[in-house]
Amino acid sequence: MFDIQTQLFEGSDIRFGPIDHEKDAEIESKWTHDSEFMRLMEVNPARPMSAAMIKKQYEKLEKQLEEDKNLYHFMIRSKRDDRLIGKASVQWIEWTNGNGFLRLGIGAAQDRCKGYGSQALQMLLRFAFAELNLFRVSAIVPEYNEGAIRLLKKFGFVQEVRRRRSLERDGRRWDLFVFGLLNDEWRNQA
Amino acid sequence: MRELFRGKLVRITAEEPETYAKSEVHWQRDSEFVRLADSDPVQLSSEKKIREWAEKRFEKGPQPDRYSFTVRTLDEDKLIGFFGLWINLIHNEAWVGIGIGEREFWGKGYGTDMMKLCLQYVFTELCLERVSLGLHEYNARALRSYEKCGFRLEGRTRRDILREGRRTDTLWMGILREEWLQMQNGENQ
Repeated sequence: MFDIQTQLFEGSDIRFGPIDHEKDAEIESKWTHDSEFMRLMEVNPARPMSAAMIKKQYEKLEKQLEEDKNLYHFMIRSKRDDRLIGKASVQWIEWTNGNGFLRLGIGAAQDRCKGYGSQALQMLLRFAFAELNLFRVSAIVPEYNEGAIRLLKKFGFVQEVRRRRSLERDGRRWDLFVFGLLNDEWRNQA
Repeated sequence: MRELFRGKLVRITAEEPETYAKSEVHWQRDSEFVRLADSDPVQLSSEKKIREWAEKRFEKGPQPDRYSFTVRTLDEDKLIGFFGLWINLIHNEAWVGIGIGEREFWGKGYGTDMMKLCLQYVFTELCLERVSLGLHEYNARALRSYEKCGFRLEGRTRRDILREGRRTDTLWMGILREEWLQMQNGENQ
């Protein structure tokens, strides 16, 4: 029997959904005004973005999803009230080599440390390995993002690369890690 | 002042789009070269296409985050390869890609000479903090050359490349400004 009954986009408290062009931009705009969140998510300079700027990004993103075929992007919503709580994606997919990079973020401070990230990563891994059939996935994390590192290790990711002093923030330089997880490592855990 | 564009075996040049396209169209037909240098499937482009691509870059003018140079030998003035820098201006880091398309110049110190010029350019002219690169595990010649230039192995993404039915690692290397400066002091003593 093929296990196609398991819903890929449903977790216990969260679900993956597409972008809601009407509602999401307001909320994401609020996240960009939180410099801590932006610096955990991005190595590019943090900058506040208006809802209109975010809407433009959505247009660009959806065009990219359609044209490039090497990116999958999901909005993370609470199942209880359908509220937007984060986003998740598999990007830079190389189909010939079967590899890709994961990105995951829980936007609002009050939604962090509630296990949503953990549920989202579990769903994202299932999607990457059982639906996209990738051989391996990677995640790039600065050394100061301790929450992300804990989460990746919990799921069996191996720290494979330490790019020494690759980032500059708050007047000092920081290392950047690359973590990796192989499909069979993921399967053996499950 | 240092001589930035002339090494022991090669010099750094900028070529006209036609000259570059003629060499590139010839280099890309060597699939071993492309498979050493890149992880994308080997693709063949026409000379016209390559020339147009070079012309478009020329039209755009110099970009602060992108440097790409060609390299000629000192003794015969032969165009043998190139290197390119992709720069993150916020974090003062450059990624480098380097290649010698003319295979009779492999394994003879030309690549090492090119990379030394490249690092000198990055640290003395662009004044960056670090240089990064990636290579295939099976490219032993490149690994030796990069180590000679002062790059350190910083890790490997396990089995991320599939070639000829076999899985292989990508190696990640980096060199910091202070490491490069220390090497220079050592060489001058």
